[in-house]
Parts: sequence; C-alpha cells; structure tokens
Amino acid sequence: MMSNKPHLIVIGNGMAGCRAVEEILARDGDTFRISIFGAEPRVNYNRIMLSPLLAGEKSFEDIIINGHDWYQDNQIDLVSGDPVVAVDRANKTITAASGRVEHYDKLLIATGSDPFIIPVPGHKLPGVITFRDMDDVGAMLEAANRGGDAVVIGGGLLGLEAAHGLSLRGMKVTVIHLMPTLMERQLDEAAGWLLKSALESRGQTILTGADTAEIYGDGKVEGVRLKDGRDIPATIVVMAVGIRPNTKLAKETGLAVGRGIQVDDDMVTSDADILAVGECVEHDGNVYGLVAPLWDMCRSLAAGLVAEPNGYRGSVTSTKLKVAGLDVFSAGDFSGGEGCEDIVLRDATRGVYKRVIVKDDRLVGAVLYGDTADGNWYFDLLKKEEDVSSIRDALIFGQAFASGGGLSANPIEAVAGMADDAEVCGCNGVTKGQVMACIGGGATSLDAVRAGCKASASCGSCTGLVENILAFAMGDDYAGERENKPMCKCTSFTHEDVRKAIIDKELKVIPQVMQALSWSTPDGCSSCRPALNYYLLCAWPGEHEEDPQSRFVNERMHANIQKDGTYSVVPRMWGGVTTPNELRAIADAADKYNARMVKVTGGQRLDLFGIKKEDLPSIWADLNAAGMVSGHAYGKALRTVKTCVGSEWCRFGTQDSTGLGIKLEHMTWGSWMPHKFKIAVSGCPRNCAEATIKDFGVICVDSGYELLIGGNGGIHLRGTDLLCKVSTEQEAMDYCAAFIQLYREEARYLDRTAPWVERVGLDYVKQRIVEDATGREALRSRFLYAQSFLQIDPWAERAAGKEAHLHQHIAEIRPFAVVGGH
Amino acid sequence: MNAEWLDIGPVDQLPALGARTLPVQGGEEIAIFRTANGSVYALVNKCPHKHGPLSQGIVHDTTVTCPLHNWRISLITGEALGEDEGCVPVIPVKIDGGRILIGRAAALAGVM
Ligand SMILES: Cc1cc2nc3c(=O)[nH]c(=O)nc-3n(C[C@H](O)[C@H](O)[C@H](O)COP(=O)(O)OP(=O)(O)OC[C@H]3O[C@@H](n4cnc5c(N)ncnc54)[C@H](O)[C@@H]3O)c2cc1C
Ligand code: HEM
Ligand code: SF4
Ligand code: FES
Repeated sequence: MMSNKPHLIVIGNGMAGCRAVEEILARDGDTFRISIFGAEPRVNYNRIMLSPLLAGEKSFEDIIINGHDWYQDNQIDLVSGDPVVAVDRANKTITAASGRVEHYDKLLIATGSDPFIIPVPGHKLPGVITFRDMDDVGAMLEAANRGGDAVVIGGGLLGLEAAHGLSLRGMKVTVIHLMPTLMERQLDEAAGWLLKSALESRGQTILTGADTAEIYGDGKVEGVRLKDGRDIPATIVVMAVGIRPNTKLAKETGLAVGRGIQVDDDMVTSDADILAVGECVEHDGNVYGLVAPLWDMCRSLAAGLVAEPNGYRGSVTSTKLKVAGLDVFSAGDFSGGEGCEDIVLRDATRGVYKRVIVKDDRLVGAVLYGDTADGNWYFDLLKKEEDVSSIRDALIFGQAFASGGGLSANPIEAVAGMADDAEVCGCNGVTKGQVMACIGGGATSLDAVRAGCKASASCGSCTGLVENILAFAMGDDYAGERENKPMCKCTSFTHEDVRKAIIDKELKVIPQVMQALSWSTPDGCSSCRPALNYYLLCAWPGEHEEDPQSRFVNERMHANIQKDGTYSVVPRMWGGVTTPNELRAIADAADKYNARMVKVTGGQRLDLFGIKKEDLPSIWADLNAAGMVSGHAYGKALRTVKTCVGSEWCRFGTQDSTGLGIKLEHMTWGSWMPHKFKIAVSGCPRNCAEATIKDFGVICVDSGYELLIGGNGGIHLRGTDLLCKVSTEQEAMDYCAAFIQLYREEARYLDRTAPWVERVGLDYVKQRIVEDATGREALRSRFLYAQSFLQIDPWAERAAGKEAHLHQHIAEIRPFAVVGGH
Repeated sequence: MNAEWLDIGPVDQLPALGARTLPVQGGEEIAIFRTANGSVYALVNKCPHKHGPLSQGIVHDTTVTCPLHNWRISLITGEALGEDEGCVPVIPVKIDGGRILIGRAAALAGVM
C-alpha cells in the first residue's frame, strides 16, 4: 500500500520528533507519508517522567505519550529498535542498522542529546549508568533491588532527581558535585544551600566542591575515589554531569554543525530537504535542554513545512525540580551585574527564600525556594518584559498581594493606611497598634521598640516596617539613628545580634545565618562575608569549614600583598629569637627567590619582599624544612610577641621576659581574631619591648608581672590600661588566654582591642578576667580548645599541594603557541 | 594558525568565585574569573587605579574588588563602579565543550 505522497522520514522517536509529527498532522494530515525510526525499542514516551518512574510514582503505561494505535491511526510506519546509521544526501536515502534502506523526500533529524560521561578511570566499568532513557531506569531499578550504596555524580536537576528516586528505592545515596552549590546554573548560593540541607535531612549525603578522581572496582563498580582522597563505596554510579547534542549523524552527513545542528527559524538545516528539531539543534547560537523550547520549535517547524511560516524566535526557560515536597523554581538570569537590583524575602520559620532580580524596571530573573506558587507569574512577567515599576515594592510578596493594590509607593503613607490590628511582627505576634502604643510610651528608637514590645526582635524581617512606623508616629523627631549600627547594608542586625543568634540558633554556615536572619541580599557583601566567616569559626571551632572566598587576599594567600602585586613573606621567630641555622635558611631563601629587600620589622621579625605568587609554596617549603612556620604577618590573627632580653642578659631584668614571650607565642600563634593582635613582654619598667602599645602587654617587675591591655600604635595611638598584677608566669599566661578569648568572643569583626576596651569599659574587662575566677578559667579553656584546631601551619599545607591553583597560572600565552595549564 | 580563539584549558581548573592568571609573553597578564553561577570573564590583570592584581580580589556577582584599595571593577565592562573612574580592557572569553577559549586578538593586543 505504498502511496505516492512525498515521504517524510523522522530520525528519533523521542519527544521532539513525535511532537513535530503531531504538529504537522494537526495542520495537514495529507501531505506526507510518514516513517519514524527510533533507536529505542518502544513507543513514544514522556522522557521527563522518567524521574517519577524511577521514584515509583508512575509506571511505564502512565508515561506513554503516543501508543501503537496512534501510529496505526495516522498511518505512521514506526521502525523501533533500529537506529539510522547513514544518510545519503545525493540519493536522498537513509540506511538503518539492520541494513534497511529508505528513500526520503524530507528528512527530520530529532536525535536528542547524549549524556556526557566524564572520562575518569573506571568510567567504562559495569555499574556506571547514565540517566537518559528507559534502559537506564531499568538498570537503576535492578541495582536498587539488590540494595546497597549508590553514587550520583552531578548535583544538577537530573542528578538530584536520580538521587531522589534511588533513595526512595531504598539505596543509600551520595551525590558528588563539583561546584560549591547544588544546581548552580539555576539556583544562587542561598537557595542551593537550603536545597542541600533539605536533601541531607532526608538521608542523602551531599558532597559539594568534590572532584571525582576515579571509579574503581574489579570487573564492576565498587566505589568512587575523590581527588582529595575520600573513598565512597557504591554498587552503582549514575553519571549526570550534563548532556551534549547528538549530532553524530548530521556531522557525518556533512550538515552545518556548531554546538548543535544549525537550523534557521523554520528548523531547516544547511540542506533544504533536511530539517532538525529538539535538543540536537542549535538555533541562533543557543541549544536547549528542556522541553518547553522544543514545543515552540515544533510549531514553527510544522508551520514552515505545511502551512504559513511562523519563524521560531528562541525561548526563555524556567526550571522546576521534580522532587516531591521540595519546591524549587528558577527562571531567567540571576547572575546580577550593573543596573540589577535584588529584592529578597526570607522566612526562616517556613523555610522560604524568594529572590527576584529587576533591571531597568523589568523582571529579569527569579529564584524561589520553599514557596513556588508565584513562579509562573514571575515567569510570565519576565517573558513579556512587562514594566514592573508600579508594583516594584509588592513584587516579592507575589501576585495576589501585588494585584490586590499592594503597598502604597510611599512607605510612610502605607504605614498610615495600616489597620491598628494589622500584624507587624510575625515572629512575636505584635500589631501596629502595639508598636504605636510602645512608641507613645516613650520608645523613640528601634532598639527601644525591640526592648519594649518585642517587635522586630526575632527574625528582623519587619525592621523596615517598624522604622517606618517610628517615622510615621514621630514625624521629624525621628532621627532614624540607631545606637548600634547594623552590621552592613545586608541586614538590620548588629554585630552583637548576629553573634548571639549564631550561638542560640546553632547556625553553622554562612548561607544558614543569612537565611535565619533574613539577609536582604542573596549572598552578602565583601564586608559581611569575612565577618560571618570569623564569627562562625569562633563560635564552632571544632566544626567550622573555611570559606576561602570569604577571606581577604592576605588571609587567602598566607602572605602580604604589596603594591606591585608581589608578596612579602615573614616566617615566625618565637619571641623574636632566632638561630644561625634559621638565619642561613632565610638568607638562602632570599637569594633563591630573588627577594628584593630583607627588612627587620617593627615586630622583631625578618620580612622578605618581592616574592612572586607562584614561588610562595616553594619558599614556604624551604622555610618549613628549616623548622619555621608561617608568621601570620598578614592575618587578622596573633601577629608577633615582641620581647626584650630580660633577666637572662640584661642587668636590669627582673624576670625572664624572653622566655615568657616565647611561651606566650607558642600558646597563641595560629589564632584568628577580630583584628590583628600584638603582644610584647618587657623585662623591667624601662619597657624596651614597648609593651604599653600592644593589645596585650606584660611588664615584668620584681614581685611579678603587670598585665596591660588595649594598646596600639597606628594613627590613633593608645597606651595600654593596667588590667592587674599577677605573681607567677603561669598566671600571666592564663590571664592572657582568657583576655584573648573574651576579645575573640565579644569584639566586633575589625575592632582592635583599643576601641573595644573603650566601648565596653575597663571595669567590664576587669570584672570578667580578674574578679570572676571561674569565668576566667572557662574563657581560658575555650581558647585552648579552639587553638587545638587552629594551630596548623598553613604554609606546610600549601607547600604540600593544598589549593595549588591559587599559586599557578592556568596557562601561558606565547604568541603563536599556547601551552596548556597544569 | 590565526584561529580566532585560543584554548587555554579546562574550565574546571577555575575555582568558583575565584580567578586564575594567564601571562602573555610580551603582553599584559590576563585574569580569568569565574562567578558563583559558573560564568567566566577575563580582564587585563591590572586595576585601573594603581595596577593592583585583580586576580587576587574578592569576586562578587559580576564584580571584583581590587585587593589593594578596594575599587570595584565590573567583570562585564572592565569599568570601575561607584565613585571611582577608570577602565581596564575586557578580553572576550567563552566556554566550549568544557574548555576555556579566549579571544586571540584582544589577548595579544600590544604584542608584536
Ligand atoms: C530524567 C529526565 C528528566 C527530565 N526532566 C525534565 C523536566 O522536568 N523538564 C524539562 O523541560 N525537561 C526535562 N528533561 C529534558 C527533556 O526530556 C528533553 O529536553 C527532551 O526529551 C528532548 O527531546 P528530544 O526529542 O530532543 O530528545 P529525546 O527525547 O531524547 O529523543 C531523541 C530520540 O532519538 C533517538 N535517536 C538518537 N539517535 C538516533 C538514530 N541515529 N536513529 C534513530 N533514533 C535515534 C533516541 O534514542 C531518542 O529516543 C528531562 C530529561 C530526563 C532524561
Ligand atoms: C639604661 C637603660 C636601658 C637599657 C640598658 C636598655 C637596653 C636595651 C636593650 C638590651 C635592648 C634590646 C632588646 C631586645 O630587642 O632584645 C633595648 C631595646 C630598646 N629599648 Fe632600651 N634600654 C634602656 C632604656 C630604655 C628606655 C628608657 C627606653 C624608652 C624610653 C628604651 C627603649 C627601647 C626601645 C624602643 C628598644 C627597641 C625595642 C625593639 O626593638 O622593639 N630603652 N634596650
Ligand atoms: S626592658 Fe628592662 S630588662 Fe628589658 S632590656 Fe630593657 S632594661 Fe633590660
Ligand atoms: S590598585 Fe586597585 S584599588 Fe588601588
């Protein structure tokens, strides 16, 4: 029953191929005789439903789009399980793997994508599976039936859906993700972190920033080894690291291929009789990995082929994660940049994070976590490029709120219009009326309102509203000034509020702090990130994981950057005492690495200037070999303990000031502080070590040791205050440790001891350190506990290869020859 | 031999929110940055203020804060943001198949 209608052959029985046929038939069922060749031995099914299928929420019957009757009813010849292996454009024929040859008049290539497999050793072992079709799901289910451990490589949409399914099927799942946050292409750091903690609480292990070194096993997968040496046992490894347009056939056929098969707006390739559609194509420089754009392409394709052309113009995409109970939505561009303004809403109790990005009065991106109800509305605004300036202030609260009139553009008017029983502070259930009464009762500042009626005293997200009520109630009398300034523009909380919350709510990582305290920016700024990093490491010494990107350059490089971009290197010299051997090693290093200057510092150390970033690990290795460690001359940390020669040599010396200084330095080195911290010990009141301008100074006298605090040189010179006098060296050490810990726990980041002591008062410090013996002992032991984690020489770690990328160029360009990186 | 793009290595060698350097013999060193969401940018590694090495700054959104005096420089336009004025050349860069490709002409500008 061969008809003599022109023959349309479709290669690929997948989502785009069959949809294109549906679109063609809907316009004109008569033009073509249609054959579909599919590599998979089955009918057309909904690929995106493979995730619910794996999770056990659907069966294969449920996800079929077009069953056998559809092919029959439309007289489509389905050749399944027989992939096309060659196209002969001159004779207009295709050849299938079985040897079958067919003539075509029009050819449609819809071959989709291939999963990308990272070529690590072991990637070909049985048990390494991708996640693309029914066979893959079959393989996963078979493995899951045997139980055991699964590793999923790739923390993107596909990987997380695979992990979810396998974990519902009873496997113990570990997700390995190269980037620091999950789904980094769709989610920002804040949402990625929320997702990670939700998945962890469901029993999955999520390793971010983890790089696979190899998959190992004897004849089959037994586990995965990471580049940092960690070893994760597994009976299956699912690779979900990305997809690549399947362009093999098109390339062999000689069609124009870039990242995908290049097509025009009517989906026609460089050959007028060959069309292409779906994930395998490149249109206007873009390739797509989601279904929505394919539907648009299929419409344009059918229109161009059998009706009035209606060219394809590209698609804007949005993403939702199909994991039951986790609402994640993302659309558009959230990378920020000039002119972009972030509007962030966080609700820590409901676990909600919403961020919309507005540029030139248009919505350009949205990231939603925990409440995605408004996802489609945002996506619509984004696609239509609607002007949102009139609903700007209400935008983040969603469609219902914004279209219900929303807030008045003038915030004071908006507050005036609020009913007295309208709730202002959700955490503490405080109404506008109560806030007004509190102000009427004499509370004229935010802090007073917080103290008086608890409004804005918990999560802080209503702070702006409370301030507006103050401004409304007090008119011009409201100074708007707060006694304690917020930490930075990202939050309404002070440093003290934040530190207290970190302890009370047991917050352990930066995104968690930002979520719990309703940060108004997605990932903080260069002023709050280093502060939070410090507060966390101080609060949780045993658990803290460093965030190198929250460190200023000197602390990241463990050396001082100089104005020409080179570094200066200062090895530690305990108490300012050195030896001929150390001096020889320093001299050798100075020669070997071309130090342009060797200088004695104000802190009794030797500083080697002009060292190149690339040479840092080797100069450290050389200095380490001679027994020296990092001098931390670069850090918000204990810098130096300066000493004089004391009773050992000096005719005036009353105590062994050098010995005490060395002991103090051994006790305190490596400690991170709110700011730099300097110590000195002088052997008598002549004070040759200048102990009276240090953060902690000791002046030895005949009867013991005078302990001095809160001094510094610098622009605002401040002499120390006398804390107390003690009679033994051990006491001097104990008081020093307790004082440092008090400063570490209570000062604001970037406060030196001098302004801190002035703010809290000398009496307060005396009470805590001198009068309260139990408290002093507790502080001292907390300091020593923290030190047990901090006294690791960062130079030795780097010299041994840690963070090597910080010191190496990625590559080098020699004109007309390029040398690859390390 | 005059390809438009130079392949300088795999993209996974760039730390997120970080940068790597690319010296150009006889020309200006280039800094290649990676932002939180994986986008890659390249600038001449010289702050418009006093030539601080931008590769050592803190990367935020699509800006880098210079390590020497905290000027903020746009990774997109190379221009100083806020109060400050100045501009550093932007080098075209793109990712293809997991490799970083850098615009040859701009990278070799000034090289004889
Ligand atoms: C598990 C999973 C979940 C997903 N979830 C979502 C989601 O939630 N939302 C979303 O928008 N997208 C999702 N996607 C992506 C979506 O499935 C794809 O974008 C879509 O399937 C692409 O359609 P396509 O026709 O281009 O390719 P495919 O559907 O892959 O079809 C291509 C077909 O061509 C066949 N083929 C290849 N070469 C030949 C040849 N030489 N001869 C014959 N046949 C050949 C292949 O076997 C395949 O059957 C998901 C994908 C997967 C795998
Ligand atoms: C007769 C009295 C003094 C003697 C014998 C004496 C001796 C010394 C000695 C031996 C040193 C070197 C200490 C070392 O680095 O190991 C020194 C350094 C110093 N002395 Fe004195 N000194 C005396 C008085 C003073 C006085 C009165 C002052 C200040 C007013 C002073 C200020 C200093 C300073 C600033 C240093 C350098 C400290 C440093 O290198 O950091 N000295 N003195
Ligand atoms: S401080 Fe006193 S003990 Fe120390 S060197 Fe100076 S004079 Fe000697
Ligand atoms: S050199 Fe960059 S800010 Fe001064």
